[in-house]
Amino acid sequence: MFGMHGNRVRRPSERVRRQGRARTLVQCACAALANGYAVGFLRGKVFSGPSKALCVPVLNCSSCPGALGSCPIGALQAVGGSTRHTVSFYVLGTLALFGVVFGRLICGFACPFGFVQDLLARIPLPKVVVPARLDRVLRKVKYLVLGFLVIGLPAMAVVTGGNVAPLFCKFLCPAGTLEAGLPLVATNPSLQRLVGFLFNWKVLVLVAVVVLSTIVRRPFCKWLCPLGAFYSLFNKLSLYRMDFHAHACVGCGKCVRACPMCVDVRKDPNSPECIRCGACKATCPANAITTSSKLTQKGPSPTD
Amino acid sequence: MWSPSLSTAARNRLRAAIVAVSVVAIAAGATCNEHLTVLAKGVRVCLECMGIG
Repeated sequence: MFGMHGNRVRRPSERVRRQGRARTLVQCACAALANGYAVGFLRGKVFSGPSKALCVPVLNCSSCPGALGSCPIGALQAVGGSTRHTVSFYVLGTLALFGVVFGRLICGFACPFGFVQDLLARIPLPKVVVPARLDRVLRKVKYLVLGFLVIGLPAMAVVTGGNVAPLFCKFLCPAGTLEAGLPLVATNPSLQRLVGFLFNWKVLVLVAVVVLSTIVRRPFCKWLCPLGAFYSLFNKLSLYRMDFHAHACVGCGKCVRACPMCVDVRKDPNSPECIRCGACKATCPANAITTSSKLTQKGPSPTD
Repeated sequence: MWSPSLSTAARNRLRAAIVAVSVVAIAAGATCNEHLTVLAKGVRVCLECMGIG
């Protein structure tokens, strides 16, 4: 019933607490790193340095006053939606590079909006179990958002001959409202005069996601996030991966109950839905779940 | 994209291929000045992102 960490023996409950704290620290650091231009929040202006030509690998709005890099989803729509390009090889190449190394580890540890949802999930409210059939359908929506709103429609700009608006950012993205809309409108009087129906709609979407996050864990990541959809394509291939050792499993099911994405790690340790948060690994009393990030390994992977 | 029966060596080759394609894609995109479009969007206040435009 005890797990090994280095030379010390720790109980699973202690491991869960330590792992949770460590992940929160990493999430804080990543959010601070992506939004390091703190002065922007006071001035109500966005950072305009050359680092904005680079995309951060997380969902972090470019118009957030503190953002030091560009949002890859906004950038995909901006480049694809311009008349000069169809799809952005620059952004897709960047995301594929991160995807093949980390997979959805980025969702679990680095994404600021994922962090917000994790914090909201800590509010002690009873969690709702979404019916499996509905959940399966909703999880496919994020691929539609990625293929249709983020890549497909902007690519039509070349055909139509006019720029296409970033529809995901405009109508759906709650991160943009939280990180850019609210702080900029609060600090910039000229923007306050422009607030109208669209802003109210986006605030409504944000409120819906916030409320939902208190009763369902990571609803935006599960159902809507186009970046999560993109990284999920690489989860089975990424260098960082989860391994399940069936011979060690005691069948307690704690790993399944701990998973915020409702993945059965025993059946599919590298499921496209797994955000590699490590909750299953920390909670396992038999050390049946491990992670690896080696290019080579001795013998076949336990999950092969 | 990947079947569970893929060996570790084959998976590594596929990873290497994706890394190579990604690097070429980034270089091709930069050659077409895509990064300047990304920069142009990033440095202005995006009214669509805020829910105003």
